[in-house]
Amino acid sequence: MSDKYQVISILKKDAILQLLKKNERIDGRGLEDFREIEIFTNIYNKAEGSARVHLGDTKVVAGVKASIGTPFPDTPNVGVQVVNAELIPLASPLFETGPPGEEDIELSRVIDRGIRSSEMIDIKKLALIPGKKVWMIFIDMYPLDYHGNLMDAFGLAAVSALLTGNLYETEINKDDIILKENKIPIPINHVPIFVTIGKIQNKLIVDPTFEEELVLDAKITYTIDENNNICGIQKSGTAGFTIDELIMARDIAIEVAAKIRKYLPLKEG
Amino acid sequence: MKKVSNITEVIKLLDENGIRSDGRRLDEMRKIKIEAGVLKNADGSAYIEMGNNKIIVGVYGPKEVRPKHLAIPYKSLIRCRYEMMPFSVSERKSPSPSRREIELSKAIREALEPAIFTEEFPRTMIEIFIEVLEADGGTRTASINAASVALADAGIPLRDLVTAIAIGKIDGKLALDINGIEDQYGEGDMPIAMMPQLGYVTLFQADGIFTPEEIERAFEMAKKAIWNIYEIQKKALKSKYLQIIKEVDINE
Amino acid sequence: MIAEGKYKIEGAYYAIGKKYYSRVLGLTEVDNEKVKVIPLKGKYIPRENDLVIGKIIDVGMTNWSVDINSPYTGVLQVTEVFSKPTSISRSSLSNILNVGDVILAKVIAFDFTRDPLLTIKEAKLGKVSKGTVVEITPSKVPRVIGKKGSMVNMIREVLKVNIIVGKNGRILVIGSKPEYEALAVIVIKKIEKEAHTTGLTDRIKSYISKLVNEEGE
Repeated sequence: MSDKYQVISILKKDAILQLLKKNERIDGRGLEDFREIEIFTNIYNKAEGSARVHLGDTKVVAGVKASIGTPFPDTPNVGVQVVNAELIPLASPLFETGPPGEEDIELSRVIDRGIRSSEMIDIKKLALIPGKKVWMIFIDMYPLDYHGNLMDAFGLAAVSALLTGNLYETEINKDDIILKENKIPIPINHVPIFVTIGKIQNKLIVDPTFEEELVLDAKITYTIDENNNICGIQKSGTAGFTIDELIMARDIAIEVAAKIRKYLPLKEG
Repeated sequence: MKKVSNITEVIKLLDENGIRSDGRRLDEMRKIKIEAGVLKNADGSAYIEMGNNKIIVGVYGPKEVRPKHLAIPYKSLIRCRYEMMPFSVSERKSPSPSRREIELSKAIREALEPAIFTEEFPRTMIEIFIEVLEADGGTRTASINAASVALADAGIPLRDLVTAIAIGKIDGKLALDINGIEDQYGEGDMPIAMMPQLGYVTLFQADGIFTPEEIERAFEMAKKAIWNIYEIQKKALKSKYLQIIKEVDINE
Repeated sequence: MIAEGKYKIEGAYYAIGKKYYSRVLGLTEVDNEKVKVIPLKGKYIPRENDLVIGKIIDVGMTNWSVDINSPYTGVLQVTEVFSKPTSISRSSLSNILNVGDVILAKVIAFDFTRDPLLTIKEAKLGKVSKGTVVEITPSKVPRVIGKKGSMVNMIREVLKVNIIVGKNGRILVIGSKPEYEALAVIVIKKIEKEAHTTGLTDRIKSYISKLVNEEGE
């Protein structure tokens, strides 16, 4: 759960605004630059897939777990995808212990929609006995060190964990599902990238840091797949965007997503 | 996930030569790696790998108490949360706190608190957050080992580090540092934590069944292991400061 | 344990009988019969007369809450703002100091039972309107100052900046150009990182010269 009350000093706020007038940012980045990305996968071995992502100083982890269960009644012939994020106090003095708050839930749902709408996981292949037994894929994301833009970091972690994740191969014998010894990669069709852009006065900045988040008026996250389709949009924050700004942000997001894509781990198999 | 196989596997914890399922002898510890200062936001932090256990600990404090009415006028309030990530175990664990996690949070807090000079910081709190990324038996002792390092990394004054290890029982024999399978299928699990230099035991639990004499032998085994781990903890703290030197130029 | 027996011990230690133990991760300075333990890290605990750099985090009816980078939040009473008695009419306190404002203040009282009390009444104290504040571990502040101010004076001269060092680990840097302020921040952060090493002053001196030359290019 996140308690957003954090005061930024006037001096720091002024410094950010002054630099923005010259299209510069306090950490030396350009308006459309994202921070340094590092992705580590297959690190937690009880998980079917796992990843740790460093986006600048922001560090997050994601784990994929799979189990066999019953499908949802309205979609009996496909597998189940569940995405969960929790803002734990380990990562920041602003996060508190407790049930998920609106920030946790927004992050979970936007990442879930991005993966779902892009049809990243081929959920048809996850149906083992259609109508009765399917693979259920759980994606759990947690921050370790919060320094801004959890959305994009979580997105990279979830996607990387799925790309390098594996399921036990199965043998169906009438109504029995037998798990074999070997594992096969999670069936993946598309790969979404999440790009969050903040708006401060009339400037658009990619991948805001924690301090920039305290100053910005609003944020827009575009989820882009490998064919440059938009498979998710989320505006957040208490100010508004003009339509032109949103169109400009869309174009920036598409360019940035293409660059970020190069950091992804190669798909297993 | 339980593998359904046509062949029933007999779990053999000890073979004919007294070697355990992971190749260790009864008195052998698993490999340990500890890193201090791994997080930026937390005032102190540590990451530990003990066998296949992978745990990260962050410490915040001393800091203001929230909610304010919980503040203690003459000492710091110590809070501890032990949590397992859903993907840290074979069967996904639901994110909400389980009764086991709540009990372990208390036990770990009470293992660490005796070492902390809480009277130094009245009306403040120190929060210890333990996140298990991968679990394989002995997470509470590994957590204590990492949490001590994180507390020291935060600069919180301590009487001593707290060091912990678990003694188990497999095939009737005492075994040091039992892993997940040995914990699940063995006959007992006895985690012990101590402040090594001062000789105080701050965590002592057991499940399973032990003879009175086994308790003494367990302490003998544990003490040796604890001194080894203690050295690893100290090394982790120092290594961040590359060249620690004795003479420092300090302004009065 | 750092020593046993007849030693004169100073710093972050504690004793059980004749055995002395270090309480923190720190550096031990041994000099004949004197042993000093210097902590490498730790929170700022306010003391009377400390100069601190604070940030207003809340405005009340008769006082402000001030973040002084400590487990204890500072309180600035309205009576500690002006040296002459002033009537604060109906205008709220936020017209004088608002949330986010940075102040140079002095601790006038603290005894663990109540929040530390601050003042900005004296000369050279008050609201800070320009500059950059850099935060370091409070225990390393003496290193930034240096022996008899040697380190901080060197930074001031070479980078042509004004530096005010708060005891609470916050340091205000005011330069004629933001680039010089940024350089000073980098230097201060380097001192913090290498605080436990020897030969620091000379190393920092050559580091600053290198930075200034690069900046000039």
